[in-house]
Amino acid sequence: MKLVTERRDISSPLLRFFAPVASIAVALVCAGFLLLATGVNPLEAYREILYESLGSVYGLSETLVKATPLIFAGLGVSLAFRMQIWNIGAEGQIYMGAMGATWVALFSGLTNHWLLMAGMFAAAMICGGVWAGVAGFLRARWEVNEVIVTLLMNYIAILLVDFLVYGPWRDPQGFNFPLTAQFADAARFANYFDTRLHSGFFLALLCALLLYLFMERTIWGYQIRVIGSNPQAARYAGMRTGKTIFAVLFISGAIAGVAGFSEVAGLQYRLSHGISPGYGYTAIIVAWLARRSAVGVIIVSLLMGVLLVGGDSLQMLWQLPIAFIYAFQGLILFCLLAADFFIVYRLKLVRGTRHG
Amino acid sequence: MVEILLDATIRAGTPILFATLGAILNERAGIINLGIEGLMLIGALAGFAGTFTSGSPLIGVVAAFAAAFVAGGIHALITVQLRGNQIVSGLALTMFGIGITALFGRTMVGETITGLERVAIPGLAQLPVVGRAVFSQDLLIYTSFVLVFALWFFFYRTRVGLALRTVGENPAAADTCGLSVSCYRFFAVTIGAGLVGIGGAYLSLAMTPMWIENMSAGRGWIAVALVIFSGWSSQRALLGAYLFGGITAMQLRFQAVGTDISTHILQMLPYAFTILVLVVSTIRLQKGAGQQPQSLGLPYDREDRK
Repeated sequence: MKLVTERRDISSPLLRFFAPVASIAVALVCAGFLLLATGVNPLEAYREILYESLGSVYGLSETLVKATPLIFAGLGVSLAFRMQIWNIGAEGQIYMGAMGATWVALFSGLTNHWLLMAGMFAAAMICGGVWAGVAGFLRARWEVNEVIVTLLMNYIAILLVDFLVYGPWRDPQGFNFPLTAQFADAARFANYFDTRLHSGFFLALLCALLLYLFMERTIWGYQIRVIGSNPQAARYAGMRTGKTIFAVLFISGAIAGVAGFSEVAGLQYRLSHGISPGYGYTAIIVAWLARRSAVGVIIVSLLMGVLLVGGDSLQMLWQLPIAFIYAFQGLILFCLLAADFFIVYRLKLVRGTRHG
Repeated sequence: MVEILLDATIRAGTPILFATLGAILNERAGIINLGIEGLMLIGALAGFAGTFTSGSPLIGVVAAFAAAFVAGGIHALITVQLRGNQIVSGLALTMFGIGITALFGRTMVGETITGLERVAIPGLAQLPVVGRAVFSQDLLIYTSFVLVFALWFFFYRTRVGLALRTVGENPAAADTCGLSVSCYRFFAVTIGAGLVGIGGAYLSLAMTPMWIENMSAGRGWIAVALVIFSGWSSQRALLGAYLFGGITAMQLRFQAVGTDISTHILQMLPYAFTILVLVVSTIRLQKGAGQQPQSLGLPYDREDRK
């Protein structure tokens, strides 16, 4: 008897739908063993995660709050994915967006609420866009690997924000903490239901809708999809792939930059060291799990929001490091990749030593 | 002064050198590995924990190799056997490595060990300038010198090395010759991962003999970029790694002397420099200097063979 793999004639839609669900389930089981190994009862931990994130109005609102930057960044990353471009730098773009928005809030001299909002929004988009645009330019001009460039730009962005909040932008009344001064009320989002839920969440939903319409209903969206699935055909049809690569990475970074705007205007009201605890990396998983769909990005972001809120409480209850969430996210990706295999192939037991 | 800088350069470059060599072994077989950063952390923690429990840094090094070998096995299983997306699998490995080392490293934070000690080579260690920097180092540094040569010898002077390169260039041809593509790829990935793990162990055993969460600080990504700089050659990897060691040594020197430049700006240097090096080497590559393995990043399925 021999185990061989064989390509399926057709891959059923049912299988496609259940693959991500099954992957998360398997990842939960694997992560459970990790928790056991550190002396934490996984069932208790999972119950705690669900209870904290979905069990109360406050918990639910916190889940939406955590999902907000993930939706923005996830949309940005998934836009680039559409074109087979890897934007691994959403983390840095969030930092740059937060930096741009903070500059407008603190130093532009604007006092009108709507002018401030528009200015912060634009500054965040430009900063995030330029940050990703560097990789876009290098990729379009010399085919420099955008994975490495976008990733290395993360480290530079985080250090740049550190430089500002430890140096020139540090609040003189801040007791030497690495933070800027607080924003005036006019530079803040509105809050809802007496929780931390802020307008950023609704802006994120709007952004998802706009991106969906852009991709499905405009000529530019069509071009992006064509270049993504068949660059040679696109070039033959006269599409300018180089320019599109730059534009897509710029827009991708701009959207991720808005996540930074939403964090400082809706939640922190100031720029500080560690403004994003890795939302940009989680966004990669969001985009990959969402399979290029804007609705998918929202759903997966909410799911990751549950995980992040739950992770916070695990940290408090059992002193688990928050980075544990990364291990879990890595496991989800591994399982998803394995599941992809079984969508296309099936295993078969064959008699004798015949080669499949 | 020159002597001290040279010594610091080699010591700072060695973890990146091991990681780059491991990544070259992966990519020569046609598998991209973006999990280098995670593997370095796994190696660093396993190396530290192994040394801490046994008291012997050598056992720590073996533990680092073994742990990274196993973690690399996940990447190999997914990219080789299951033909999954190599970029996503590598990113997953990096995330997994960051998370799992944070989780299991909790008990190791604040512990101390006696790390790798310098072993002077009699006679040569007294040479001016290079004596201390080259001939009075720890065993892992001597190993890295040998490894650079050994990898070259393996790729260009052995039958298995030739077969491995064929698998990376043209797996269909290798398959037709009766070579097991998946077997070569699997072991190139896992053994390469093990080497990366040793690079990680160098951080926690020699550079700073302790465990710090996320202590690789982007060196894995620098190694990924250096693979392109090296043109997949182990000798050029040595050059690249020491270039970075040199920049780190200078940056530390600046910080120690105390300048007006902010430490945050100084810390950006290695990353900014990596991007610059990546751009220059990509342009060089396009002008025909060296070539990447032809089937890099492409999964192999016999059913697709033409």
